[in-house]
Amino acid sequence: MAAPTVTVARSTGRAPTALGGVGRVVEHHWRWYRRNWRATAVSSILQPLLFLLAFGVGFGALVGSGPQAAAATGGVPYLVWLAPALLAMSAAQSAAFDSTYPILSGFKWQRIYLAMSAGPITGAQVGLGVLAWTGMKMFWSGAVYVVVIAIFGGVQGPGIIVSLLAALLTGLAVASLITAFAATVENEGNAFSALFRFVVIPMTLFSGTFFPVDRLPEWVQPVVWISPLWHGTEVARGAALGTWQLLPTLGHLAVLVGLLVVGSVLVARLFTRRLAT
Amino acid sequence: MSAPTVPAVPSVWRLLPAGSYAGRARMMMVRSATASRRTWPAFVSGFFEPVFYLLAMGTGLGSLVGDLPGPDGQPISYAAFIAPGLLAASAMNGAVFDSTYNVFFKLHYARLYDSMLATPLGPVDVALGEIGWALLRGGLYATAFLSVMAGFGLIASPWALLALPAALSVAFAFAAVGMAATSFMRSWQDFDLVTLAVLPMFLFSTTFYPLSVYPRWLQVVVECLPLYHAVELMRGLTTGVVGLGLLGHLGYFVVMVVVGVVVASRRLETLLLR
Amino acid sequence: MVIAARPVGVSGYGLVVSDALVQARGLRKSFGAFEAVRGIDVDVAPGEVFGFLGPNGAGKSSTMRMIACVSPRSAGTLSVLGMDPGSDGPRIRARIGVVPQLDNLDAELSVRENLEIYGRYFGLPRRHVREKATELLEFAQLTERAGDTVEELSGGMKRRLTIARSLVNDPELLLLDEPTTGLDPQARHLLWDRLYRLKREGVTQIVTTHYMDEAEQLCDRLVVMDGGVIAAEGAPAELIGRYSTREVLELRFDPEHRPSAAALERHADRVEELPDRFLLYTSDGERTQGDVVGAGFVPLSSLVRRSSLEDVFLRLTGRTLVD
Repeated sequence: MAAPTVTVARSTGRAPTALGGVGRVVEHHWRWYRRNWRATAVSSILQPLLFLLAFGVGFGALVGSGPQAAAATGGVPYLVWLAPALLAMSAAQSAAFDSTYPILSGFKWQRIYLAMSAGPITGAQVGLGVLAWTGMKMFWSGAVYVVVIAIFGGVQGPGIIVSLLAALLTGLAVASLITAFAATVENEGNAFSALFRFVVIPMTLFSGTFFPVDRLPEWVQPVVWISPLWHGTEVARGAALGTWQLLPTLGHLAVLVGLLVVGSVLVARLFTRRLAT
Repeated sequence: MSAPTVPAVPSVWRLLPAGSYAGRARMMMVRSATASRRTWPAFVSGFFEPVFYLLAMGTGLGSLVGDLPGPDGQPISYAAFIAPGLLAASAMNGAVFDSTYNVFFKLHYARLYDSMLATPLGPVDVALGEIGWALLRGGLYATAFLSVMAGFGLIASPWALLALPAALSVAFAFAAVGMAATSFMRSWQDFDLVTLAVLPMFLFSTTFYPLSVYPRWLQVVVECLPLYHAVELMRGLTTGVVGLGLLGHLGYFVVMVVVGVVVASRRLETLLLR
Repeated sequence: MVIAARPVGVSGYGLVVSDALVQARGLRKSFGAFEAVRGIDVDVAPGEVFGFLGPNGAGKSSTMRMIACVSPRSAGTLSVLGMDPGSDGPRIRARIGVVPQLDNLDAELSVRENLEIYGRYFGLPRRHVREKATELLEFAQLTERAGDTVEELSGGMKRRLTIARSLVNDPELLLLDEPTTGLDPQARHLLWDRLYRLKREGVTQIVTTHYMDEAEQLCDRLVVMDGGVIAAEGAPAELIGRYSTREVLELRFDPEHRPSAAALERHADRVEELPDRFLLYTSDGERTQGDVVGAGFVPLSSLVRRSSLEDVFLRLTGRTLVD
């Protein structure tokens, strides 16, 4: 009998480029989303719509065009004044949701990040890919939201498009910071309920979304300044109403971009660290 | 030692299938209390949410509105108007969270109830124990929030003391119905339906502004919502405008409790004892 | 612990006198149109370790759940500790211990709290539970980890804690559903040792497993289940004697030069063909090996071993347990 011949298997041996790896991670989420987008429609579209109806329309009717309201909104209807801020708020809120439990699940329950990084994709690419995907989702639910606002008569001019971009920047800054935090959570996510109650909810309430921040007590003001949502709201509202001024706007943008850069670097580092062990 | 005994069960529970109630729901609450010792920051944090809302909306939105007519038409401050609404809403939110997300997780992921049913405990013990814990927690939050209201001078009458038991009835009703609903859920995606029920109620049940802003047909819809009745009940008590009508609101919650507990127990039975 | 034999009342059939801790007659379980258990008779005597053996889906776990009173039977009779699980569920569960297939420890509690709280579900006094927990931590070799959360434990430790937890009420009957699945060899041996100690203390045990070596190690008596029915019953050695030969010769061939089973048949009492090898049943493995090589066959490897329950199962069902 002849000696058995030995065959050695050869793999394809290919690896994506730095940006390509991020793209593959986005593609993974997109594949999932194509089948499951209806499930996320409630939180991304309906939730902001309900806030718009409750406060823009309902509360707006109560406020009417009374002198107290006019003093606060600068004379525009309450709905028009509120709409760009709600755009920023819903971006920040959905950023917070998408960056907590789903991230932990990727590491711990479904372990999809572990599966991704078992191949040639690096931990940093996984983290930045997840962040990019969150941003994309935020952008198109924001775009749908702009249409909804327009239907209810909350749009004054094309400036709302700039508001949408400001909202996206705000959402990404929030998402990058919270995603970085979520990458450090090891337990069942108990820390998230504290995060929502002590950071996310105060942020939505104390960022000038529903009323000008100068109506708040003096001692709350420092909380306002550190809130990324306040900076985003100022830019979004200024763009929609055409009331923005150059220097303050540049200042707000600088804060948001700064937070996004810090957050992204942290995401890349922390994902790398967690997926390497 | 003697073999552990199972206490005699009161006759009311004979209505339920044999062996579904061992009269030890209390032990489930001991378990929850022990578990929350480790997660106390989350436990304590539940108190702050309505306080943040009161602070932000009461002062901020209040500055846009001024005074509003109270239940008897007398003007009250905006903060005094929304505070009872927030009390009712937080009773609802807490109870719904505990009885939906938490229960679903324990049911399908932690398989916690399976381990309990290997002991003399039955599904009714489990249901009552979980609802009881949600109530205890809700009661502590309500007490704390009422103290904050008193501190801000938002309580106008001693009737407000009854807002505590009222908050417990509201929480009981929502917990029972929430648990019954959870027993029908198949995946996390179904929880969007919970958000879909809870968020509009929170926003539209006269929590933030009076019924009068709506057209008549929408007023009728809102009047059917359970949270509307909870808010009316609380607002009547904290402003001291008390009448027999409040009992009607209470009746709404009694019906919710009965339907919720019966459905939840039966469904847990079929889910866990297959 | 002393277990006295006592008369057992079996509902539906009048009073039947029996020593059995568990007695089933014509026991069935169906889920809709699917019948998981299709009429089995079982008697478990006090003090013995009784095994249910079979592949996934054989009906073992369904049977265990019925005995544990967490799954109502569809037909037949069943008595556990002389009572009917249908009506006496809580009273039976008060006297048994259950180790489920998947650990369902309470992740929100510490190791010690898991034991204490579980004991409280049985209505045991707080002080008794505290002492019992200390004793059980010792038994499970977890005393040092008492304050840790469950999550920090290894798989073997979690399994030991689950077993310790099932003992908190000093059960007369312990139900173990696949107690060692997924454990490393060392952890398995430690667990077997603990179960052996319990047996010496007189705790009756019912074990399901699809590991044959485990069944041979642990069980006094067992039934082989397949497709919801009992295929055979007896002590491990007895079953091997009845359904297999003394030794087995395992042969592996290069897939290109694999002979047919028929060609090997005349060298053994019986031949089983598996995807990757042949099993030749014979009283003398060494001699059969010589015969096969002498006949010109060139196996890549060959192995002579003692017959095991795995072979019994293969004989009874025509399938291996792991497929």
